[in-house]
Amino acid sequence: MKFTLDWLKEHLDTDASPDEIGKTLTLVGLELEGMEDQGKALAAFVTAHIVSAEQHPNADKLRVCKVDAGTGELIDVVCGAPNARTGLKSVFAFPGTYIPGKDMTIGKGNIRGQVSNGMLCSNAELELSNDHDGIIELPADAPIGVRYTDYAGINGVVFDISITPNRGDATGVYGIARDLAAFGLGTLKATDMSPVPSNGPSPIAPLPHQFGADEPKAIRKFAGRYIKGIKNGPSPAWLQQRLRAVGLRPINTIVDITNLVSLGWGRPLHAYDADKLNGQPVLRNARNEAFDALDNKVYTLDETMTVIADDTGPLCLGGIMGGIRSGVTDATTNVFMECASWDPELIARSGRKTGIVSDARYRLERHVDPALTEPGLELATRLVLQLCGGTPLEPAISGEDVFPDTVVEFPLSEVRRLTGLDVEPMVATAILSRLGFEMTGKGDTFTVKVPSWRPDVTQKADLVEEVMRMVGVDNVPVEPLPRLNHVAPRMLTTIQNRRRIARRALAARGLDEAVTWSFISHDEATRFGGGQEGLQLTNAIASDMTDMRPSLLPGLLAAARRNANRGLANLALFEVGQVFLSDAPEGQHTYATGIRTGTARLDGSGRHWSGKAEPVTVFDAKADLAAVLDALGYDIDKVQLFAEPAPWSHPGRGGRIAQGPKTLGWFGELHPAWATELDLDFPVAAFELDLDALPEPRKKPTKTKPALDLSALMPLTRDFAFVVDKAVTAGAILKAARGADKALIRDVNVFDVFEGSHVGEGKKSVAIAVTLQPTDKTLTEEEIDKISASIIAAVTKQSGGVLRT
Amino acid sequence: MSLDTQIATLRADLSAAIAAAGDEAALDAVRVAALGKKGSVSALLASLGSMAPEERKSAGPAINGLKVEIAGLIEAKSSQLKSAALDARLKAETVDITLPLQPAPTARGRIHPISQTIDEITAIFSDMGFSIAEGPDIETDYFNFTALNFPEGHPAREMHDTFFMKPGADGVKKVLRTHTSPVQMRVMQKTNEKPAAGYITPAMDPPIRVVMPGRTYRNDSDQTHTPMFHQVEGLVIDKSSHIGQLRWVLEEFLKAYFEVPNVTLRFRPSFFPFTEPSMEVDVQCDRSGNEVKIGEGSDWLEILGCGMVHPNVIRNAGLDPDIYQGFAWGMGIDRIAMLKYGMPDLRAFFDADQRWLDHYGFRPLDLPTLFGGLSS
Repeated sequence: MKFTLDWLKEHLDTDASPDEIGKTLTLVGLELEGMEDQGKALAAFVTAHIVSAEQHPNADKLRVCKVDAGTGELIDVVCGAPNARTGLKSVFAFPGTYIPGKDMTIGKGNIRGQVSNGMLCSNAELELSNDHDGIIELPADAPIGVRYTDYAGINGVVFDISITPNRGDATGVYGIARDLAAFGLGTLKATDMSPVPSNGPSPIAPLPHQFGADEPKAIRKFAGRYIKGIKNGPSPAWLQQRLRAVGLRPINTIVDITNLVSLGWGRPLHAYDADKLNGQPVLRNARNEAFDALDNKVYTLDETMTVIADDTGPLCLGGIMGGIRSGVTDATTNVFMECASWDPELIARSGRKTGIVSDARYRLERHVDPALTEPGLELATRLVLQLCGGTPLEPAISGEDVFPDTVVEFPLSEVRRLTGLDVEPMVATAILSRLGFEMTGKGDTFTVKVPSWRPDVTQKADLVEEVMRMVGVDNVPVEPLPRLNHVAPRMLTTIQNRRRIARRALAARGLDEAVTWSFISHDEATRFGGGQEGLQLTNAIASDMTDMRPSLLPGLLAAARRNANRGLANLALFEVGQVFLSDAPEGQHTYATGIRTGTARLDGSGRHWSGKAEPVTVFDAKADLAAVLDALGYDIDKVQLFAEPAPWSHPGRGGRIAQGPKTLGWFGELHPAWATELDLDFPVAAFELDLDALPEPRKKPTKTKPALDLSALMPLTRDFAFVVDKAVTAGAILKAARGADKALIRDVNVFDVFEGSHVGEGKKSVAIAVTLQPTDKTLTEEEIDKISASIIAAVTKQSGGVLRT
Repeated sequence: MSLDTQIATLRADLSAAIAAAGDEAALDAVRVAALGKKGSVSALLASLGSMAPEERKSAGPAINGLKVEIAGLIEAKSSQLKSAALDARLKAETVDITLPLQPAPTARGRIHPISQTIDEITAIFSDMGFSIAEGPDIETDYFNFTALNFPEGHPAREMHDTFFMKPGADGVKKVLRTHTSPVQMRVMQKTNEKPAAGYITPAMDPPIRVVMPGRTYRNDSDQTHTPMFHQVEGLVIDKSSHIGQLRWVLEEFLKAYFEVPNVTLRFRPSFFPFTEPSMEVDVQCDRSGNEVKIGEGSDWLEILGCGMVHPNVIRNAGLDPDIYQGFAWGMGIDRIAMLKYGMPDLRAFFDADQRWLDHYGFRPLDLPTLFGGLSS
């Protein structure tokens, strides 16, 4: 919200400098977002006259203007504003002028072949408002070649503050002054809101509230007043300047008065041209009817929105925006002023539904002081009489305001308890009194009556905040939080540790960690097993971010595609993050997922003098998976391994690992058909590991490791080659061989696998090396032969193969 | 020919032959010809047997002396030849050691700045006695808003730009959490004593000290806002914690995190539904150069929100706000990562551009610890 120093001083008697005021606003919680001396910042802008405006020969949307800026010669200016027209008076910037709204300095230029020596400006370019629909339009009688700031009276300090949603009371300059006075920056000046005597009965009766028992009813109290015989027209210069300085466009005196009261006291008003009303206005909910609003747009109102309507239809969308039909113009002679109080929640709802952003909605959905309904109308009446003359008739009042009437039992020790700050009782009570809280009691505990403009204050903590923000949080003494009186215990849970370890293990294998979006497209989600209803967003921000991801692979593959398009086709990427198998809390799992593309293998990628890297295969993915498992304390040879690839995997080059009934993960080469469909024209090997599926390590009473048996006897190795069917897995052969003598066989490894006509069609040869570790004595030849025989028997029995001789 | 002459001739011939031997084979031939069974020196030795004892007495040592001398010469020559052969081999084996390596895996893999920052935050807060708590990304309206004192229809609720989910199997319409604050409630509220999933931190009894990092979502996108981002929330609940201590925790954290000796903070009263009193915190910084420098300068930068946990929130957790009290704060992980490490654009965090990851990422073994320094 913007306001000027002059305006503030109308409500606050203070000698404080603008800097001091600016600092204090932030300290008390009305954050200063900007402060500028508009006269200085905009000193270079002058009023000017567009003597002629013609179509640009080379651009449809541009006009070539001859501008008189009081220099005695006409200046050529190319202007893109739709309202740049012959005869208009506007605001001009000479070359070399800094344009604050564009953060640039305008120069001499040539725009599409036409000379342009300066710029005609919009309010947005001068940072006076957000209005950038066109250049500023000045009245026809505006002088030419004078400083715009002098002409418009924009010569004071303007403060811009942001107001938190709980502080409806600070949406008017008066409320801001009250906070500053409570801080001690001056004295609050009262406003005369006493009743203005009436001069006869009102032709408009108090507005009936026509609502069914179950209907939402936004209106609480409606106060209206008929003032007849006014003289409307442009408002006095001081009022116009004040509104312009905060970015509002002066319209006419009556409308300007409503804005003055809205911004000055946070009390929105509305004014109707009484002669344009058709019959007695009433308050009711809309009936799916069209409404021509003052912003020149047509809205369809529904039965949840309260309107002020006459026999013709809606006049005003209550608390949000008036209508064109009954709008006040320069010609208005009889006016009906409205000051009403509304249910903030229902105003917020109607505001959201229609999308109308207005000063009235901004204030009314934040709560406007209910004690101001009638006084606000009196203030408005007084201002109308002052500036437009006229005769006020009897106020027309209907409905009841809602007063929270909150009373809080407040021990002053609460301040110390919650903040650690010692405040003298005198100081605390004085602060609260200045803010309008009525304090009764003495000693430590007070009964505090909350003023009608502070419905956000309902309990002790709220009062503590009031005291604290006036004392200044910076005055709260810093005090160490007591440290633990012992060494910190373990602070991370198993899954938190797993994530950390998995990340470091994978990065150590040359994979880069990616963080990709939690949401992906519906197609991708469905392809990877997700896409269920409960995992779809109703209001996605983009069509490729509609569904919660069931897998990290789509995000990584999309990243691979993007990188490949930048010329980086050999990529090793992983992510450790959440996937969503359902919308229930237990449906969220953490996966560690990695991909390698092109030739990005462990030893490096691309061409190298030491040897050309080969394309990635299923074994690169398996090795990454094994490495993560190992880092987490699991041996891939000791979990179950199945040749049951994931749907995304090449059916013959992928596998699944499991522990009991739980699948732990998958690895494989990307299915060629999927690669084509996903537009990936390079090899991809991938793995997925469900970190939540790994069993929780058993809590052991001791961390002692098993005793180490260092045998003095030499281990010995025997090699065997078996010819088996192609379908027989190495895993099965290894398992059989290991089982042949669990005491003596320490290790079995595959050292050769080959196929070919000499081993037979559909067959392969698997050669294994078995390491035997004697335990108590050296093995005799007979004993070794015996073990060999049992290995051969076990493997041939298991595999159906034969020993190759 | 006298024996002496014989020995002298032999010595001269053999010495010359040894010196002339060009390789081990030639030298061996000389050895066999001299010291072999039928060698010239051996033959001379054999002749001792046919000598008179008198003669043998003087001839013995002379011939043996010759044998030892020749053997010594052969030995020395052999050693010299071996050494020369080795030198030649080594010379032939010389390689160009300037040939470049393939980069090591640890030189290629990088940790994402978000993970690194979470590890840094964890290191600092665990030293202060905080454990790490977590909750689900897909939350109920209750935990995300209602329990945190967001009244229905309140503008504050609007300001959250919430993503809503379609109703799931249970018919309940959930939201993507707009902040990590629902985890606060899960940590405090007894209904979460036995959470449905292992990663969700179960409710605990006060005293509570937890930090809650995680992904959060808002329907918003520009250079400084992405629809998904990361927040870290802190919560202290006991019977005495107050704003003075909150100030200490935040100051100590920011000093440790930014690795500067001092930070100056400005606390501004503000509004959050779940804290009362509420404050926003600005950190003093210098923005005059290309980078933001924390701990110096005269500008202010908003960095976090905080406050005393609202009595309604404590009540909603099933605790008595006249007995239990505490504070909470929240800040953007991505944001403080950008401030510390100087990434200009938030959107790039989630693009997985390999060049970005390699540039802004961290080495796999750059483990942030307090004893080793957070960043090296």
